[in-house]
Amino acid sequence: MITKRIIPCLDILGGRTVKGVNFIDLIDAGDPIELATLYSKKGADELVFLDISATEQQRDAFEPLVYDVAKKLSIPFTVGGGIRSTEKVARLLHNGVDKVSINSSAVNDPELISKIANTYGSQCLIVAVDAKQEEGEWWVYTTGGKIRTRYTLLAWAIECQERGAGELLFTSMDHDGTKNGFANDMLAVLAETLSIPIIASGGAGTPTHFKDVFLKGKADAALAASVFHFSEIEITSLKRFLADAQIPVRL
Amino acid sequence: MRQEVVIVDYGLGNVQSVSFALDRLGSSGVLTSDHKRIQQASHVIFPGVGHAEMAFKYLARLDLDTLLPNLKQPVLGICLGMQLMCQKTEEGDTSGMGIFNVDVIKFHEVPKIPCVGWNKIDELKSPLFKGMNSVYTYFVHSYFAPLSTQTIASTHYGTTYSAALQKDNFFGVQFHPERSGKDGEQILKNFLAL
Repeated sequence: MITKRIIPCLDILGGRTVKGVNFIDLIDAGDPIELATLYSKKGADELVFLDISATEQQRDAFEPLVYDVAKKLSIPFTVGGGIRSTEKVARLLHNGVDKVSINSSAVNDPELISKIANTYGSQCLIVAVDAKQEEGEWWVYTTGGKIRTRYTLLAWAIECQERGAGELLFTSMDHDGTKNGFANDMLAVLAETLSIPIIASGGAGTPTHFKDVFLKGKADAALAASVFHFSEIEITSLKRFLADAQIPVRL
Repeated sequence: MRQEVVIVDYGLGNVQSVSFALDRLGSSGVLTSDHKRIQQASHVIFPGVGHAEMAFKYLARLDLDTLLPNLKQPVLGICLGMQLMCQKTEEGDTSGMGIFNVDVIKFHEVPKIPCVGWNKIDELKSPLFKGMNSVYTYFVHSYFAPLSTQTIASTHYGTTYSAALQKDNFFGVQFHPERSGKDGEQILKNFLAL
């Protein structure tokens, strides 16, 4: 039985880990290499590294930092932010990354999904989607949650899958930073509609939220940042709590 | 004899994470496609990610598909590497090197494809798993090798299948030991001790 994954996400800005509350007001959360190795030891199932400034500032991101982290980690390592070409994917893979995550660039150029999937395989491609509920519909946003697109979440998610995405990472902008729980209703719709694994993001505040995202949201993995960075939730005890609730986890 | 570990580099996918894992073990791996270097190595690691058809083309272009099956030292295929060591794979209807006596097929009737995540491997019976009982390892794949007489570890996702295969000096693992934490490192360590 494949286990449910707990994935700490490190948002990187200027070589430091930060976490935005509703994508604004960044707070410094520590040295990324230290955090990465700590999470690996504490039982994190994967690690995601997002350069949150890349799309906005067209900045060529952080490859030396990625290399240093990949060297130390013994768990799967995903990198996202500012990836707009297969050449960039090749460079990241060469720096020891296992999977890449694309977001805005996929919306701007959906063909990029197919290109990456066909060249490097779906197993190394996560498409990340930020969405917000407005007028009863979930709308996809890009550029760090600033620009609303023409896509509804479900339609876009299906297109991502058809084009070869290996996993879908859905961040609810309505839940992100609130610590009030994940967008379980929409997650369950995605999980039942798509055949690729769903990674849930946005809203983690308590261990019960993680239990709910697996049982109600039917997610395959849950991603969170600040609750882990600030040690509000300790990964080992979170996984014990989930195991007690009969959720399969790696202990 | 001096140990030289070679990682077969045939121009595809992520070979760096295997190299990093060897570094963490205090060993090191030489990335190469050079036949002589591969033949003289003490241990050969054959990684692989991506699409089987393309991978096999890359392999054949360097004549590695004829070299690898004739190697005498311990050889470890990882993920797609293992699949290419089988008879054939449904992915792109691709022929393999025929080292393992099994055909790789696609997952059916499972909730999610690709199968991504940590899964328990059981029935460990090979020096590759020396000192281990049942451990979690990291998998990412859509195709799998069914159980066979050469199965040395099994796992379950929809069906029970081969997590690892062995024939003589050839080993193959479907999971990624280089990304499977301490247990994965132990498996690599065991391989290097062969």
